[in-house]
Amino acid sequence: MPVGPPNLCRMNGAMSVASADDTTPGRADTLGGVPLDALMACPQCDALYEARMPKEGERAVCARCHTVLIAPKRKAGLKIIALTLAVIILVFSALFFPFLTIDAGGFGNKASILDSASSFQSGPMVFLSVAVAGMIIIIPLVRTLLILYVLVPVVLDRTPYAHARRAFRLTQELKPWAMAEIFAIGCAVALVKVADLAHIGFGPAFWMFAVLVIIVLVNDNYLCTWSVWKSLELDQQEA
Amino acid sequence: MTAREAGLVACRRCARVWPMGTERCGRCGSHLVSRDTASLGRVWALWFAGVICYIPANTNPMLITQTLLSSSSSTIVGGAVELLNHGAVGVAIIILIASVLIPVGKFLAIAYLAISVRRGSNVSARRRHHLYEVVEFIGRWSMIDVFVVAILSSLVQLSVVASIHPGSAALTFALSVIFTMLSAQAFDTRLFWDTKDQRNDTT
Ligand SMILES: [Zn+2]
Ligand SMILES: [Zn+2]
Repeated sequence: MPVGPPNLCRMNGAMSVASADDTTPGRADTLGGVPLDALMACPQCDALYEARMPKEGERAVCARCHTVLIAPKRKAGLKIIALTLAVIILVFSALFFPFLTIDAGGFGNKASILDSASSFQSGPMVFLSVAVAGMIIIIPLVRTLLILYVLVPVVLDRTPYAHARRAFRLTQELKPWAMAEIFAIGCAVALVKVADLAHIGFGPAFWMFAVLVIIVLVNDNYLCTWSVWKSLELDQQEA
Repeated sequence: MTAREAGLVACRRCARVWPMGTERCGRCGSHLVSRDTASLGRVWALWFAGVICYIPANTNPMLITQTLLSSSSSTIVGGAVELLNHGAVGVAIIILIASVLIPVGKFLAIAYLAISVRRGSNVSARRRHHLYEVVEFIGRWSMIDVFVVAILSSLVQLSVVASIHPGSAALTFALSVIFTMLSAQAFDTRLFWDTKDQRNDTT
């Protein structure tokens, strides 16, 4: 990933918010002549920039704390929509096929992802079942559906659907709680843990799940949140 | 120059800036605060909850294994030692890192960062910010142990030959991870970057 030259113009100290009488009375919506909606502040360290779309394949990075601020990708919207549809198909098929199989001394067992998620059943352990099901299936799926809901109108140049901005905010808030990739690595650890007790095999759902994890990771890489917010804002002004 | 110095308040969700005093972001609807000084209280409260849950997570059994001849329960550390004895050094190390080194390291790192914001620190803001990013990134991975317990308990149900059941430590460990993640998320990282004078202005 090439990191381009600084695409953002750092605002320097000589500026101040235009006083209220420069603009519409009672509101200051420019800073040294630059409208506020052309500015952005690093969410992590508050450094102020004049936002400029970086060239294709380049990223705008905060000069102070190195947080990636803008990272647009070519045809990102279409790619994300295609990958998202794949995720939905994979989740539903992975749920019902056997996930892992085991046999030892003539006894065998199969477990689906749902079995794993609901393995905590006594008393307060039920909470754990709910949390695990949420982190490995529900939250990744909900995020995917919400991203689809937000991006389809943006890509088609239509007005966003109702509550698109609330939906997109939710996808960002849920991001750390989607843990499908951690569950996938957990399968490998479980496999080694009981290796001398029994033989474990991977069912078809395991491979679907593995593909799904890769897609989810690639998908998040394509998603430039700033660009999405920008387009949601434009649509709002037109409406 | 920061948004605050320019008399602006920035949205931490969508990076849009607004005139100081604006309460809700007009673009994404998030609540706006220039510096969330109350965040440290939330960080500490969640930190304590995480530490308290971590204690029973280590003293109680994580897994209960029943075989034809015996029934044994193992704690997190006990399970890793067992793996070591079986020669699975790699996995034992992964488990020790994910469920001992990372959680303890996270508690120490968050406590240090919270103290450094209040008292100031000789360590540069960039390094402290970097430490915060590491904590945020690896914090979620501690859940791997809970997932392993979930997988094993659903899979290893082989009638009388062998069966595995989750112990209560699985619950307290998961709670500890969740509280610590919330504690890290509650941090307002912009506080690292303010110099001492600026900090005094705000309080
Ligand atoms: Zn920054
Ligand atoms: Zn916002």
